[in-house]
Amino acid sequence: MLNAVRGKSAGASAEVAAAGAAPAAPVKPALPPIPVKPPAAKDKKAAVGVDRRSFVAACFAPVVIGFSAMAATSLIWLLDLARFMFPNVLVEPPTAFKIGPPSDYPLGGVSTKWLAARGVWIVHTDQYKGRNLIYALASVCTHLGCTPNWLEGEQKYKCPCHGSGFYVNGINFEGPAPRPLERVGLKLAADGQLEVDKSVKFQEEMGQWEDSNSYVDGSLV
Amino acid sequence: MNSLPLITSWLSLGSLEPHPNVTPSVIFGLSWLYFILFLMNVAWTWRSFKKGHHIDMPAFAGGGHIPTAAVWAVYSTVLMLVSVIHFSCSSSPESFWLIMPDFAKTAVDAVVADARYFFAATSIGFVLMLLFREWLARPNVGWALLNLSLLFLTISMTDWDFRQIVGKPDNVPIVAMLFIVGFFTWVFFYRANENDRRAAQGLPPVESVNNEKVLTWPDLVYTEMICMIAATALLVLWGIALQAPLEEPASAVKTPNPSKAPWYFLGLQEMLVYYDPWLAGVVFPSVILGGMMAIPYIDFNKLGNGYYTFNERKFAITTFMFGFLPLWVGMIILGTFLRGPNWNVFGIYEFWDVHKLEALNNVNLSEYFWYGLGKPLPMAPAGSDFWKQAPYILLREAPGFLAIGFYLAALPGLMAGTIFKKFFIRMGFVRYMVFSNLVLMMAALPLKMVLRWAVNLKYFIAIPEWFFNV
Repeated sequence: MLNAVRGKSAGASAEVAAAGAAPAAPVKPALPPIPVKPPAAKDKKAAVGVDRRSFVAACFAPVVIGFSAMAATSLIWLLDLARFMFPNVLVEPPTAFKIGPPSDYPLGGVSTKWLAARGVWIVHTDQYKGRNLIYALASVCTHLGCTPNWLEGEQKYKCPCHGSGFYVNGINFEGPAPRPLERVGLKLAADGQLEVDKSVKFQEEMGQWEDSNSYVDGSLV
Repeated sequence: MNSLPLITSWLSLGSLEPHPNVTPSVIFGLSWLYFILFLMNVAWTWRSFKKGHHIDMPAFAGGGHIPTAAVWAVYSTVLMLVSVIHFSCSSSPESFWLIMPDFAKTAVDAVVADARYFFAATSIGFVLMLLFREWLARPNVGWALLNLSLLFLTISMTDWDFRQIVGKPDNVPIVAMLFIVGFFTWVFFYRANENDRRAAQGLPPVESVNNEKVLTWPDLVYTEMICMIAATALLVLWGIALQAPLEEPASAVKTPNPSKAPWYFLGLQEMLVYYDPWLAGVVFPSVILGGMMAIPYIDFNKLGNGYYTFNERKFAITTFMFGFLPLWVGMIILGTFLRGPNWNVFGIYEFWDVHKLEALNNVNLSEYFWYGLGKPLPMAPAGSDFWKQAPYILLREAPGFLAIGFYLAALPGLMAGTIFKKFFIRMGFVRYMVFSNLVLMMAALPLKMVLRWAVNLKYFIAIPEWFFNV
């Protein structure tokens, strides 16, 4: 505001000077000298050393510091949260576990024995490409992740959430599920027991069911 | 199942029936329901008497007039008699005869237990509602509709399976919600019809004539306070009368069967049956929300501002109501009352059999196309990498891409030249494109549902390899 007023008066005097310099101008009376400013009208900034802006800035300083501190705290909290996602100790059953000898799983059966504890069905079937195989299917619907039910009478897995259905071999055929159930790793351990490895998965649509780690030859039974 | 009470009454073993359709307490409760209906209709008879309306008799019945109040009086008397019969017969449920007949149950179930017929019925009902809005919005017709729906609900209570699904504490408020939706739809048409009649006579709408201003205090604040108290009382009564159902502790490997979303999300859950999760769970809900926000910017019709009307905003109201009534509320009804174990569709009088079989075998558009040509699906040689596979996959799904491309890119242009010509001229290019794409996305849901039911179509584009399905 002060600056603006000052600028205006300066401009006005410049105009006057320009007019005075014009040729063939009538003689003008000399301007009276500019009066000396009284002390009250002098620039206060120089006198006091604080203007309004720096006063406002001084008032806001604690707010800025406070918000910076909060941001810093939040950042640390977020980093801690991220760290929390990777605990030192995982109280979870190991991903690999033994499920007994192959003879426990006769041909044409779906075993729900490990469903409640481990979330896998052990399937022994010759319904997939005509080969006699034992494999472990993860009990996670490929639509939205509900746990389907194995219906023995209908010989299918049926999801209670949106009605997806899978054949005994895990291939999707009804409802919205876009792809077959996933296999998890299965191998014959050295002691003759089957061993499931849930840390790996095999997707049929990616051609991974051909991987020999995804099944065990069923003719061993 | 429904003939069991008859058999057991022959054998005098009525008490052994595990799912009795009629019990003494059911009959006793129904007698009170009929009594309340009777009282309601006595009040309505009194209103009709005060109004003094008449019904014109047809010529073959001798012409002349009969007062409307007389008809309601007769109906009220019948209701009272029915109530008395219930009160006096509650001791012998086996021989009780005022029940929903089996043939009616079969007929109703045949319609509602098939999603195709259910959706067709709601859509046809919607069209009929619009066509006969003048007649339906008359007070006497509205009252008759309310009575019919209450009678249907009451007499259906004589069925064990119906009581299980409608009487579930979760579902009782949804039944109430349906009546509220019906009431407000009726109020809309009642007021809109009145203004439309006035507009036809060249009169201004009721709201602009009857626009006396009232004070915030006390008029508005008192109304708000009374509503607040009434709502609180209702919530307290509801909390006391209906217990919140607790289920077994959650388990990652056991999903309740059926597993239902909260009632207001059942439309989304139904959508998930037909579309892939990323579409039905992410894209469509966002489009619904964004589309509703876009309505004021798309709408160029200045009429209907601040007053009820139908004739002046036919397209806007019809489109909104179709989205709300058959597509949203209808899907809530389907999800709440008709979806049962394994997400199969059950009739309202049907036992929730976990082993109910529905013949489904979904087929992708690409399979229809390539097998229809008598060719195998284009497939990359085994062991090829992503870049070798991609052309094969895109070729395989080309029919789907073409269909979707035609639907979303070509159809707006075609519609702009034909059915939406006026809209296109009024809106300009950008607004029209937003509008037409929103309409097409909305139509995509019923379209896919009908295709799923009619030809078992699974996905237009099915690329499970890339988690991309439409």
